[in-house]
Amino acid sequence: MGKRVGMEVAMAVAEAVGLCNIDMAAVYPITPQSHIAEHLSDLVADGKVDAEFVTVESEHSAMSAVIGASGTGARTYTATSSQGLMLMHELLPIASAMRLPICMAIANRAVSGPLNILNDHTDIMPQRDSGWISIFVENGQEAIDMSIIAFKIAEHKDVMLPVNINIDGFQLTHMVEPFEMPTQEEVDKFLPPFVPHATLHPAKPVTMGAFAMSDYFAEIMKAKDEALKNSKKVILEVWSEWAKLFGRSYKPVEAYKSEDAEILMLTMGSMGETAQMAIDELRGRGIKAGLVKLKLWRPFPFAEVKAAIKHAKKLIVTDRAISFGGPGGPVFSEIKSALYTETQRPLIYNYIYGLGGRDVPVSDFIGMFEKVLADLAGKAADTYEFWGVRE
Amino acid sequence: MALKTWKELPIGCVVYEPGSASEYHTGSWRSQRPVWDDSKCIKCGICYVFCPEGCVQQTEEGFFKANMDYCKGCGICAHECWPKAIAMVEEG
Repeated sequence: MGKRVGMEVAMAVAEAVGLCNIDMAAVYPITPQSHIAEHLSDLVADGKVDAEFVTVESEHSAMSAVIGASGTGARTYTATSSQGLMLMHELLPIASAMRLPICMAIANRAVSGPLNILNDHTDIMPQRDSGWISIFVENGQEAIDMSIIAFKIAEHKDVMLPVNINIDGFQLTHMVEPFEMPTQEEVDKFLPPFVPHATLHPAKPVTMGAFAMSDYFAEIMKAKDEALKNSKKVILEVWSEWAKLFGRSYKPVEAYKSEDAEILMLTMGSMGETAQMAIDELRGRGIKAGLVKLKLWRPFPFAEVKAAIKHAKKLIVTDRAISFGGPGGPVFSEIKSALYTETQRPLIYNYIYGLGGRDVPVSDFIGMFEKVLADLAGKAADTYEFWGVRE
Repeated sequence: MALKTWKELPIGCVVYEPGSASEYHTGSWRSQRPVWDDSKCIKCGICYVFCPEGCVQQTEEGFFKANMDYCKGCGICAHECWPKAIAMVEEG
């Protein structure tokens, strides 16, 4: 059962990807993803990972290179962050439309401007509709596990879609944590060789990424939407297989003390662990508080989300991004949409927090609960607020 | 050619048949068609040279005509034809 190691999470992610028998990686370094790029390039240069590491000149080229390599039937990997992800943006829907199972780590970081290198989710949210499977991790162990699991989900014959793994920049990427690193033998047993649906090869010419006009475009979009929705079944199967082999189980929505909770909070990513401490303290005071952690962002797990939250009286949805001039945070918007058809549903509050790396201690989470509990008339429900901004 | 349903599309819309773009008849985009007046044509072939679709062909008599499966009716042939042997005529 693996090796117990202590390592920086970004480096451990590179180690985990190195166990996945990748053929090619094209990674352009950007803070706070750089240690993934550097360490993976070291592993290749030292002959520990038998793969092509393509040193590209930009993230646009990195994504272009992995699309091309994946088209030839190679198992490909890339990683980026913030502005790098924005530069890849144009190519993300192309990778998913071509059904190329590229795996990518995103060390989540605030998008400029102003320039800021620290953690929030403003980089992934604009990519929400690009047709990728999108997973959020909470700690280093999950980052390692999901980096390996991603290939198996992406390459499943019923999925064939790219996957991005969201790992909070600095808060997770730069932490040194103890975790269990699977062995090469275990990963080989879990991850079968990649069988592509088609390959670019002169012996059997095919066209990938062809032109399509109005007579076909809508059918292609429908096929992509169905593929992404159907991927949830495979995601659940692969997570369950992982749990059997490694003893660590994952769910699209994970609950903490939520069964009898009257007031719930919903988080994504690394904030879950801090929020959990707040729940413990509130429970100690006799408040029936609980936590729901969303791991699977796309495909959005409507049924699981509804089952986890609809019984509560109040729900605090936390967001680390904002849709300017819109309905509030993107998670808030999704949750409201999920509950629209439910007759029994909680009052929903939205706090936009932890932007640009601003620290969110346990006391802030408790403050959110206190504020929502004090709103007896439910006046602040259905609105959003920037938590802790100076007025 | 019957249009496929979304369920019939190959994964990633990969095209397995080389050269199949010729089955896509872009002539349906046309709103005007080129009509040659062979009495004015001097067989210089400038229409053939300038056609961006490569759909202008020379006939056995040495005159020119367009393949209407692919002619989009852009009018470049008529614009370039200095003896003014080509007229653009409204379709339909």
